[in-house]
Amino acid sequence: MKGRYATAVLLLAVLVADPARGAQAPTRAVTESQVHEVAAELRCVVCQNLSVADSPSEMARQMRAIVRERLEAGESPARVIQYFVDRYGEWILLSPRRSGFTLLVWLAPLAAVAIGFAIVSTLVWRWTRRPASASTPPRVDPAMRERIRRETETEP
Amino acid sequence: MSRRAWRWLIPASALPVLALLAYGFRVNPREIPSPLVGRPAPSFTLTAFDGAPVTLEAQRGRVVVVNFWASWCYPACYDEAPVLERSWRAYRDRGVVVIGVDIQDTTEAAQNFVRDFGLTFPNARDPSGKVSVDYGTYGVPETFFIDRRGRIRAKHVGALTDGVVRVHVDALLAEPAG
Repeated sequence: MKGRYATAVLLLAVLVADPARGAQAPTRAVTESQVHEVAAELRCVVCQNLSVADSPSEMARQMRAIVRERLEAGESPARVIQYFVDRYGEWILLSPRRSGFTLLVWLAPLAAVAIGFAIVSTLVWRWTRRPASASTPPRVDPAMRERIRRETETEP
Repeated sequence: MSRRAWRWLIPASALPVLALLAYGFRVNPREIPSPLVGRPAPSFTLTAFDGAPVTLEAQRGRVVVVNFWASWCYPACYDEAPVLERSWRAYRDRGVVVIGVDIQDTTEAAQNFVRDFGLTFPNARDPSGKVSVDYGTYGVPETFFIDRRGRIRAKHVGALTDGVVRVHVDALLAEPAG
């Protein structure tokens, strides 16, 4: 009787334990590619321009193990990524979020291309229109006309 | 658009780029603000090199200095090890605890480091790296100053000096307890 009571208490303690920390018992199987997918979103903190998925460093290896453990505990990929963002800031994300200030990073190139296109098309439109406006001969003042006549006539 | 306007538009278009560069060059890339400052310090339970358990919970009510280090981290960790030991001795009777967390290291090399520097404050290995990721560390050394209520109040990247420890610890000690 006492043993059964103790088991019940133990079970309760396991159930009440912090679920975020309760990553010991895997609740689902996670494939290597699922881990890779999440790790590829994260910047390796001790490397330059490498993701946690691609880095051979010890730190990245430990981070991959954490990703796997959290996925196995039933967390969604988005939750796992948020776990890292909460600790490292959005810096940890290899591609900046498409919201807030970092939205600029996504929109600025599009805006630059649009502005460039507008400038080029304006210039092209102008250049192609010039011959039409040049059909009327430019006015040359009489003094200049006289000078040209004189200089061409003195030619031997 | 008139020719005059065009003449101004081209240099003007360079202004946003220059402003961005001016901002970028003034920001120190090594100082990435930690989102954890002001938040409750992540709890941890590790086993010290002498076998004793090291937990953050047990230190509630005290000012805690958590230092992440590694034996291969030369020269920064070697420079600050004496600073940490000095600070621990100077402040231990005033309700301050120094905890060393050894990351990405081998037990043997770390134990040699602790012995060579004669470190007497609790030092423990973080074999899985979970504590270092929980604290959002990038490398070593990094140091977190935790107030009596268990909140991270400051983060220092790089070797500590006596002055840096004094500024942070004195500020936290000056706060009313509880």
